[in-house]
Amino acid sequence: MKTLNKTILYGLYLDDEVLMDAVREIREEGNEIWDVFTPFPVHGLDPILGLKESRIHIAGFVYGMFGTITAFSFMTWVFTRDWPIIFGGKPYFSVPSFIPITFEFTVLMAAVGMVITFYLVCGLGPGVTNPYLDPRITDDHFCIAFDVTGKSKDEVEALRGLLQKTHAAETNIKDI
Amino acid sequence: MSAVVSDIRPPLITGNKTYHQITEDICSPTEQLPDRNWVLMLLMTLGLLGFGTVSMIVTVWFGIGSWYLNKTVGWGWDITNFVWWVGIGHAGTLISAILLLFRQKWRTGVNRAAEAMTIFAVICAAIFPGIHMGRIWLAFFVFPYPNTRGPLWVNFNSPLLWDVFAISTYFTVSLLFWYTGLVPDFATIRDRAKGFRKKIYNFVSFGWTGSAKHWQRWEALSLVLAGLSTPLVLSVHTIVSFDFATSVIPGWHTTIFPPYFVAGAIFSGFAMVQTLMILTSIAIPQLKNYITLQHIESMNKVIVLTGSIVGVAYLTELFIAWYSGYIYEQFAFYNRALGPYWWSYFAMMGCNVISPQFFWVKSLRRNLVVTFILSIVVNIGMWFERFVIIVTSLHRDFLPSSWAYYSPSWVEVGDYLFTFGLFGTLYLIFMRVAPVVAIAEVKSILKSSGNQYVEALQTKSEAKTEEAHH
Repeated sequence: MKTLNKTILYGLYLDDEVLMDAVREIREEGNEIWDVFTPFPVHGLDPILGLKESRIHIAGFVYGMFGTITAFSFMTWVFTRDWPIIFGGKPYFSVPSFIPITFEFTVLMAAVGMVITFYLVCGLGPGVTNPYLDPRITDDHFCIAFDVTGKSKDEVEALRGLLQKTHAAETNIKDI
Repeated sequence: MSAVVSDIRPPLITGNKTYHQITEDICSPTEQLPDRNWVLMLLMTLGLLGFGTVSMIVTVWFGIGSWYLNKTVGWGWDITNFVWWVGIGHAGTLISAILLLFRQKWRTGVNRAAEAMTIFAVICAAIFPGIHMGRIWLAFFVFPYPNTRGPLWVNFNSPLLWDVFAISTYFTVSLLFWYTGLVPDFATIRDRAKGFRKKIYNFVSFGWTGSAKHWQRWEALSLVLAGLSTPLVLSVHTIVSFDFATSVIPGWHTTIFPPYFVAGAIFSGFAMVQTLMILTSIAIPQLKNYITLQHIESMNKVIVLTGSIVGVAYLTELFIAWYSGYIYEQFAFYNRALGPYWWSYFAMMGCNVISPQFFWVKSLRRNLVVTFILSIVVNIGMWFERFVIIVTSLHRDFLPSSWAYYSPSWVEVGDYLFTFGLFGTLYLIFMRVAPVVAIAEVKSILKSSGNQYVEALQTKSEAKTEEAHH
């Protein structure tokens, strides 16, 4: 198991709408949220939380272009330079019949590349065990977490008060 | 999803479910010992697999001389089965990708099982061209790798090679899409499990935590994968149809093939989803709250649409054969309908064109028994379609002295049963070890499509109308 050497204060909420209101209120008061954990993608949470749009689709485009260029230029090289053969009286450089494979390879590269990128940037992968706060988060609990490493007791209690004020069902501190 | 839902839209989740109950309902089958029916089903599929393994060994050991293919009919049950399984494998990605782009919420109830079905069906499909090569241990020759024979490359102009790329890309992308959706749900099972099970689910859930940033990337990834899979799923059966359409055989050399094959694939794929969904929700009764009659009806609508497209395509083929004035084309179609294989042509017409028309009637669309029977009839019909296209176009070729008749040997039948055994076994195992409904995705539509929320919305809007009247 990886450790982050952090002390985390977190509050658990029982509903996604309560969570959204809580995040909004906490951020409006100028507090920095370390992370929010939810059992499913809560729509509308990202802008409230101040998350920038994911750039994974840009990576996908780059991988896709790599696939297009590789497949098309490879077939061109094989049939015009390396081993030219006439098939059915067609020219060596017969673009229409290169299209299906070029397309398939583009999709393959874009998909495989994006999925690998996704797991790498999220720090996920086969056998990885990330530290987690509460097992109920993957069931029906919604969690707002603060990084309170090295913070004074008063600061921690102020944040805890804020969680309780925004209807957190319970609050805990955990070292991860 | 902050809900903008028409109040006339019926609920997709019934039984007043809470988030926790969804977790319970869908995870519990993976946490209990299998019941007797499941074991009996597994024994049955293992029996098929066992018999099929014998015929597979015969096929590989003695070569495809153990089949009754002949010089005239070079493609028989093998390629028929290949196209049939690939066609079935289209529904999963169609449901998960195209319906995601169209924001169809009923997708969430069935996408997981449909994608699993897709992956297993493509595995079954890929077996047939493999064994048809005769020397399956040399099957890697189809890939363009640097070799010591020149290097001699594969023929990139051949539709058969396009097929290699299409099927392998489709399999890979479907698998990645499916698994990425499974990761958060495996994490849910992990967090409920103890001991050794926890270790296993910890491994397969990739360390998922449910962080907001991860969910954001996960959704972005799903959306782009859906965008990529949509043209992909349409391209796969298009390319399969090119195997036939780019040839010069009357009955195959037809420009209508790509759209007609794609419609047929969706048609048979949805039928197979219906068969499996109905059986799965008998085995796991609580699933009836997630796979409702609403879902069944939606899929039946797709079946009646695509079945009718296929019907129009059959008639168009006949018309064009006559209208072309080309005697060989005309003979191919005359021979299809009235030659020695007339029975397969009428089985195809009856099962594919006439049987789905029952689904114009709403009460039949929402009837599980009718749906189940018709879903099987449709898949029988779609098997005959491929048999008709392949065998009847080949068996009476340009040279009457080489005309032949073809029927399969027991080995060919056994090879087909092998894939049934494999498919059934894989699906039964899947049902026990993975959530058959996408937990996270169902939770995300609960507040817009759960029955209690829909009813509350209805009461509210009725009260409003009442007020307006006073």
